[in-house]
Amino acid sequence: MSARTRELWGIVVASLIASVALASVTIAREPEIAGRALTWGALFLGLYVVAHVVARRTVPYADGALLPLTAVLTAFGLASIYRLDPGDGGRQALWVAVGVAVLVATLVLLRHDYRVLESYRYVFGVTAVGLLLLPSVPGLGERVNGVRLWVDLGWVQFQPGELAKIFLIVFLAGYLREKREVLAQGRLKDFGPLVVIWGAAMLVVVQTNDLGSALLNFGIFLAMLYVATGRALFVAAGLALFAGGAAVLYNAIQHVQDRVTIWLHPWTDERVFCSQNGLLEYRQDCASYQLVKSLYSIANGGFGGTGLGDGTFTSTDGTQLIPALRTDFIFSAIAQELGLLGAAALLLVFMLFVVRGMRVALQAPDGFSKLAAAGLTFGFALQTFIIVGGVLRVVPLTGITLPFVSYGGTSIVANFLLLAGLLLISNRANTPSLLQGDRPSRGG
Amino acid sequence: MRPRTQHCGDQRRIATLPFTLEGAQKGMNRQIVRLTYVALTLVGVLVVMTTYWQTWAAAGLADRQDNAIKRVAEFSIDRGLVFAFEPRKRLARNVEREIDQKTLFFRRYPYGPLAAHVVGYSTVGRSRTGLERSLNDYLTASNANLSTFVDTALDELRGKPVRGNNVVTNLDLDAQSVALEELGTNCGAVVALDPRTGKVKVMASSPSFDPNIVEENFQAISRITANCTPAAPLLNRGSAGLYVPGSTFKVITASAALESKKYTPESSFLDPGYCTVYGKRVNNFDTSRPFGTIDLTNALAYSVNSVFCNIGLKLGARRILDTAKRFGFYERPPLETPADERMASGLYRNGKLFYPKVDVNVDAGRMAFGQERMLVTPLQMAMVAGAIGLGGRLMEPQVVDRIVAPGGKVIERGRPRLIRRAVSKETADAVAAMMRLAVERGTGTAAQISGYSIGGKTGTGETGVPGSNITWFIAFAGEDEESPPELAIAVVLQNQSGTGGTTAAPIARAVMQAILQGTENP
Repeated sequence: MSARTRELWGIVVASLIASVALASVTIAREPEIAGRALTWGALFLGLYVVAHVVARRTVPYADGALLPLTAVLTAFGLASIYRLDPGDGGRQALWVAVGVAVLVATLVLLRHDYRVLESYRYVFGVTAVGLLLLPSVPGLGERVNGVRLWVDLGWVQFQPGELAKIFLIVFLAGYLREKREVLAQGRLKDFGPLVVIWGAAMLVVVQTNDLGSALLNFGIFLAMLYVATGRALFVAAGLALFAGGAAVLYNAIQHVQDRVTIWLHPWTDERVFCSQNGLLEYRQDCASYQLVKSLYSIANGGFGGTGLGDGTFTSTDGTQLIPALRTDFIFSAIAQELGLLGAAALLLVFMLFVVRGMRVALQAPDGFSKLAAAGLTFGFALQTFIIVGGVLRVVPLTGITLPFVSYGGTSIVANFLLLAGLLLISNRANTPSLLQGDRPSRGG
Repeated sequence: MRPRTQHCGDQRRIATLPFTLEGAQKGMNRQIVRLTYVALTLVGVLVVMTTYWQTWAAAGLADRQDNAIKRVAEFSIDRGLVFAFEPRKRLARNVEREIDQKTLFFRRYPYGPLAAHVVGYSTVGRSRTGLERSLNDYLTASNANLSTFVDTALDELRGKPVRGNNVVTNLDLDAQSVALEELGTNCGAVVALDPRTGKVKVMASSPSFDPNIVEENFQAISRITANCTPAAPLLNRGSAGLYVPGSTFKVITASAALESKKYTPESSFLDPGYCTVYGKRVNNFDTSRPFGTIDLTNALAYSVNSVFCNIGLKLGARRILDTAKRFGFYERPPLETPADERMASGLYRNGKLFYPKVDVNVDAGRMAFGQERMLVTPLQMAMVAGAIGLGGRLMEPQVVDRIVAPGGKVIERGRPRLIRRAVSKETADAVAAMMRLAVERGTGTAAQISGYSIGGKTGTGETGVPGSNITWFIAFAGEDEESPPELAIAVVLQNQSGTGGTTAAPIARAVMQAILQGTENP
């Protein structure tokens, strides 16, 4: 069976999962059983079949598992978001359609040789910093929960950080491919442009208080530097730098201190000062309200979960019990309704995606492709870790999205770009009789 | 595999390019494999932590008071009912309401304030108290047990609401209502139990509150007033109210004295009307009439402070406290209500229980007749009276008689449990005789009930402010002196101008009568 045929079957399975999930939600939430779930299932299938057909024409030799895994992740997201708010579910479906369109467009546009991007690496680097700066521009940026990561253009809001991440990876892949040999020698002056771009990105992040993105971008940077140079020392130095920087940030920025305090001590036995209302409150009722409520949601799921549509997210009078459920805390919603079985299955899908992505990096024939694929995949894994780890109190909670699952257009589009990149690289790696005619078609 | 080109010129570098590229790519693969392990470990940690929160930590989180999600989720359970023992009336029942396509079960308490402190309440906004809180697992049928697990799983599959287990308490509703009526506008509590089994028949706390309005109109509860400030209507004074024991503590001192073998009931004392502690005089309640020569039995019956003061000085604080510990002091009395609704009795310093390392830390003379920083709960004093009446055996108090599954199967049944022998039978019987004398012709005559043998002890804890005495009466009652008592009781009142004998003893009498005569004619 060819990779594409496997892909098609995978998409069919993913569509079945989506249909069952949506049917389950409608049965639980609505008085009469709605046939709509099946219609949506068919639409879901149609959408991914379009992506598949385009992939068949543009990237015939690409990995056959990545697209179906993506479909499963979006199915998880769509079903949970629809369950929380049918209107948002519809909007998310629209965004997935836009994401697929972006995927298709990218595949078509770069089908011949995506490596042209390498020559524009500095453009990507500068654009990434520019995108990160956007939310700080007066009149454009919007502050949510003390963090500036939204841009409001009037007709549309978006999170430029999500796109900046992809651009930063393209820049780093190009730059590190070029300089990896000299960088490996550890001469300081070779690090110049790298430090400038990265430093700028960090400064912007500090300015916007967006710690999640800071951690994510820094992690991607270190990972790619390690892949390029093979020097564990750089990683150690980078981590030491990060620790130092974090200590400075901790002392300088109240927001950082709050996040760490919430992480270490979400519950207090005595009332402490609550900056939200200026009164003395238990911390679980004030600063760590979100985290604690989300943990209760996860714990309430237990092993098997309450079942899709039967979770408790609102009080008896309809008030929301967990804030930001569709975006930052989508994992706690899924973990409650699907239980440990469902949450572990979701994480397993993420793991499979990571394995396939890293396989692409291993197979890639050239340095730029290797670095890009490794960077994109590691970024995907790290982003999952930062947000789900935050929800699970493994690391301090910061507001970034869960790839392909969280509600939000920018995130969906950016992750479909990531998928497009991996498919393109994978296709090139597996194309028989390419420039290196002696390469076997499935080398690596 | 890293290319060594640093010493070479450009020409050499270009010449070796194909080789170095190939080598470089293989070199990167090693890093990529390692990075894969790192990435998989990161996601693997998430799987482990999800497992932790959903299995290991789930029970602890479910028990937290601020866990609104669990609480709200449990409103879809047909919560178990709570019954009084006698008459078998529902103290808590459910009303169904359809909200958002779901049937939810909200609590109603038909008897309102009558047993509000023991039963507690279960609300969306203000969490739970009392048995509603401590027995929540049973009431929501989430107590892990194979047969109930299968039942609830089947109910869930059939789409039927899960039904909780019913709770039958030991409360005697008529006596409970007599107690609350007798307490009236006073702040105080009545605890009555069967010392033979530990079954708690009455646990009344005044002022009480209507648990039905906790959710909608909590303001009204905070506006409740009574003969004390703050009125604290939510406080279960029966098990969590700490009061100066006054002369009721002499029962413990007398027990310690007899246990020490240094005294007998006939030991005689000379009462000058006061006792000297650290060079200062400590007066009797009534200094005008010193008793002269008096034995221990009469000293307890007439509550002579100077006698107990001297015993205390002789024995030392720690020997008395050790006897008190045998009666259950310094530990939360076991009961099915939530632990933080029960307080341990003992010496308190800065709001914390403290046990002196050496005798001189405590004024043993004052402590011996229930002053010093000694604080006790009515539940504890009822246990003391019961153990004395029962020949020294201290039984575990129980307010829950049984827990019954929806099908009628009894899941848990309260069985009498001996905590320990507090004092020897000789000591207990001797102190019991002293307490009988106190009711017969001493300070507790107001508690007499014809046809019953009652032993009691009055107490008046002085706060130094007129009209703000803490008054007590503790007693046990049985058919006659030989048979074990059916009943032990403790009554406490705050802000009284009278003595225990004039204020608390009559209330104890009324409640005892309600229970004793109620059981005679069922």
